[in-house]
Amino acid sequence: MDWNVIISYLPRYKDALLLTLRIGWQGVLFALITGILCALVIYLKIPVLRQIIGIYIEVFRNTPLLVQLFFIYFALPKIGLQLSPEACGVLGLSLLGGAYMAETIRSGLENIAVIQSESAESLGMSKSQTFRYVIFPQALSSSVPGIMANVIFLLKETSVFSTISLMDLMFTAKDLIGMYAKTIECLTMLVVFYLIMILPVSILGNILERRLRFAEFGS
Amino acid sequence: MQNLGLDVFFKGTNFLRLLDGLWVAVRISLISVAISIILGIAVGVLMTSKSRIIKVVSKIYLEIVRIMPQMVLLFIVYFGSTRVFRWNISAEISAIIVFSFWGVAEMGDLVRGALISIPKIQYESSEALGMAASQTYLYIILPQTVRRLIPLSINLITRMIKTTSLVMMIGIVEVLKVAQQIIEANRRVSPNATFGVFAVVFLLYFLICWPISRLASYLEKRWA
Repeated sequence: MDWNVIISYLPRYKDALLLTLRIGWQGVLFALITGILCALVIYLKIPVLRQIIGIYIEVFRNTPLLVQLFFIYFALPKIGLQLSPEACGVLGLSLLGGAYMAETIRSGLENIAVIQSESAESLGMSKSQTFRYVIFPQALSSSVPGIMANVIFLLKETSVFSTISLMDLMFTAKDLIGMYAKTIECLTMLVVFYLIMILPVSILGNILERRLRFAEFGS
Repeated sequence: MQNLGLDVFFKGTNFLRLLDGLWVAVRISLISVAISIILGIAVGVLMTSKSRIIKVVSKIYLEIVRIMPQMVLLFIVYFGSTRVFRWNISAEISAIIVFSFWGVAEMGDLVRGALISIPKIQYESSEALGMAASQTYLYIILPQTVRRLIPLSINLITRMIKTTSLVMMIGIVEVLKVAQQIIEANRRVSPNATFGVFAVVFLLYFLICWPISRLASYLEKRWA
């Protein structure tokens, strides 16, 4: 292990980490929004839209992100839809994540015991009130573990961005190995930087999971 | 056809090559799933042990697999380990090692979860009947857990097939790599091949993974 080499590589890895984080948090945010909207459409049984979203979820859950990215980045420009690599990354991550989040939140919504909506109705709450104050908060709470698992999954998936020429951690490591052949140092730094990125999220997930467990009653 | 670049599939053996590439991906994931299931059951049983050391080690193992992207693991095994230990392993073996490492952790955790969910009375009753610990596992506990595990391990297969798309990064010629080769070779005659070929690859992955994940969710509902 050559420490001078590691120190001289640090700035490049730091830039790569920032890029990965920038794409990562945007992707996670849009994925969450997409997921909640899609889950709502399915839960509220809105016709036509529900079928379309069902197809979207199945398609994106059953194909790898790498293939989705290649399609967005290389194939779509051929039919006149050109996006910057970074936009492609965010779009790919949001579409993939949206499908996973939708599935998680949907099952959270479906797992709320019937007695909850019955009780709310007997208390004279309207349908929209029931949903807003009773069902949705509980569903969100019970899907927190799933959502956090998805967030970690999405952050891990950012490792494929190097294939569409985004200079993320993976790209940097590969590039430096190719140039200077300091394989051990580069790979060690790669591992450390992924730990720096994902370990806090994992710990935060554990804390949130404990804090937000109020949806216990009746289920 | 020309505009969408689908014409390249009718030239030579392009489509067959693509399917060959897909088979490489499926083969790697099937071998890894087989290893994962066999070792995963053993690791899962081990994880239920009350020993502190085993608990700590398995916790660290699970956390590594949870946090490290598979691509990083692939690089570590294929580029790193070969450098450190001076051995020579093929890319496909590296991929199988990484996927098994990941699969064993997931299966182990699932097995552990399933074993814990078996009521204590089952263990006690078989002990009262004078069965040895090995007999208890073999005849009482495992048959009950297997039912819960089958849908989950089928799910693991689809996730592995999806993740095999990464192995092109360590030089295995699988479906994506073949797709790129076809596109490169036909760049002049059929510039839109990029669209057609990647669309077909997209579809192929979906056609393989979708039925398998449907089967998993069907079994899950049926055996729940």
